[in-house]
Amino acid sequence: MSGTTGAAAAGYEAVIGIECHVELKTQTKMFCGCLNEFGGEPNTKVCPVCLGLPGALPVPNLRAIEHMIRSGLAFEAAIPAFSKFDRKNYFYPDMPKDYQISQYDMPLTQGGVVRYWLEDGTIKECRLVRIHLEEDTGKSTHAGSGDGRIAGSAYSLVDFNRAGVPLMECVSEPDIRSAEEAVAFLEALKRTFVQLGVSDVKMEEGSLRCDANVSIRPIGAHELGTKTEIKNMNSFRSVQRAIDSEIARQVALVTSGGRVIQETRGWDEVHATTHSMRSKEEAHDYRYFPDPDLPPLEVSENTVGWLRVELPESVIRRFTRYTGEYGLNVQQATQLIDNPSLAEYFDACVALSENPAQSVNFVLGDLSRLANETGVAIYASPVVPKHVAELIALLDGKTINSKIAKDLLERMWSGGGSPKAIVEREGLAQTSDPGAVAKFVDQVLAANGDAVAQYRAGKTNVLGFLVGQVMKASGGKADPALVQTMMTQRLA
Amino acid sequence: MNTRLPHGSIPILSSEKIDVRYVAKLARIALTDDEVERFGTQLADLLTHVDALAQLDIASVSATAQVIESRNVLRDDLPRPGLDRDVVLAQAPASQGGFFRVPRIIAVKGEAS
Ligand SMILES: [Zn+2]
Repeated sequence: MSGTTGAAAAGYEAVIGIECHVELKTQTKMFCGCLNEFGGEPNTKVCPVCLGLPGALPVPNLRAIEHMIRSGLAFEAAIPAFSKFDRKNYFYPDMPKDYQISQYDMPLTQGGVVRYWLEDGTIKECRLVRIHLEEDTGKSTHAGSGDGRIAGSAYSLVDFNRAGVPLMECVSEPDIRSAEEAVAFLEALKRTFVQLGVSDVKMEEGSLRCDANVSIRPIGAHELGTKTEIKNMNSFRSVQRAIDSEIARQVALVTSGGRVIQETRGWDEVHATTHSMRSKEEAHDYRYFPDPDLPPLEVSENTVGWLRVELPESVIRRFTRYTGEYGLNVQQATQLIDNPSLAEYFDACVALSENPAQSVNFVLGDLSRLANETGVAIYASPVVPKHVAELIALLDGKTINSKIAKDLLERMWSGGGSPKAIVEREGLAQTSDPGAVAKFVDQVLAANGDAVAQYRAGKTNVLGFLVGQVMKASGGKADPALVQTMMTQRLA
Repeated sequence: MNTRLPHGSIPILSSEKIDVRYVAKLARIALTDDEVERFGTQLADLLTHVDALAQLDIASVSATAQVIESRNVLRDDLPRPGLDRDVVLAQAPASQGGFFRVPRIIAVKGEAS
């Protein structure tokens, strides 16, 4: 039973807000010209700025700022005309300056809403508080304890390759009500960021990291309960499991007379439970103040206007177009959206054929299979959308049947060109001429006396076999519907 | 427009009182009792001095985040050579296998991303 179902049974609902950090995809870091690349030998992508050496001056990366604004606009956030960078002060060895450059009270984007869908196609909304820009920290490995954990480690090893990588922090309102919704929300963020090209959003490489604020309240209540902050969730699956487990823990606690305390809890994948991460209860006091090294940012309406015009169709708009206008199912729509180049190809096929149902069958069916088998992407194959549209027209006009269509696709894939030309050249047009089809039908009936007898004795499932024989005799060209009708009439 | 701030912020310190031990702890400075006494008095004097601002009429002055006039000092997203690792690590008190080696980390990481 999921945490939410359990909570509902006990008369509670969960209230969830998400904070996630997304590494921006740029060539260089946020404030210096060092490469922004995952992995590599430790401390090989560093300079005086990202090492926090005295006197080094940070200069913001224009591309990262554009990524931020485009991300905000994609979720209908407001882009204030003025924003600035602030220092967030705390000590940690993987942060060489002893402060992190972040944005405190004047972030680049404010508000906004993420529209996302659940597996059953229900569309949900979660408002955003803000998306702000900051720099990533380095990475520390805790050595000497054997298991890489902090407790018991003798010393730590620090790599600053990641220090200074541009990071956007998205903070949601507590509009999410279940672990399933939290995952769907994150998937929606991921799709949009990938589509915009602002991030690779690879949780396994740490380019998406997320925390969840979880609380419960009696169903119908408006006041928020005490929340806990869940950390250490390293995959969408662990987000789902961690939130479910935390909801269940809070419900069990409250229904047995206890109360939730505000704390940070870490998700333990192995034991499938969250545990308190409080060491000494130390209030965070980051003493934010405007970074004197960084002049403020002014974003003109003109700039925002241009970036807005250049935005692609939003992910949710595409989803509603596919499932609404085109009648695709949720799974088909999701599969296309998760593969933007495939979606572009599909859109081109639909534009030319005006037949979304047949287009999706070919794109997600035979063409995807051929792509898998040959290791060539569909859009890079010799099969162009124009030819797919031609093929659909041949099918719709009953010039060919679906069996021939399948064969044609294979030949088009190996460079055959226009399906219409192949059909004409090789006489593959479907035989819908009743006289010709009747000839094949009679031939097959004469040669399969046993099957005919069985059919008349009530074993009507031999019909399929007989139809198959006719198709074979006709070289696959007979119109299967006509064969079926004719055969049934003859056998009656 | 909702501009909710990241948590962990505190209002500007009142000049009435300053907790020198707390400030020292945030700055990771070890102070003796004598020093706490001495610096407490000095910091209180400083804050009193700054408090003079409260006497001024600032109705016509707009809020300032920055004293410099520049705006949008940005750079293109182009790589520039960094520092050689040997040079970098030579300045560290300790290193190991290409990493900086630091004393073991005791506290659980706070709000670091
Ligand atoms: Zn650098």
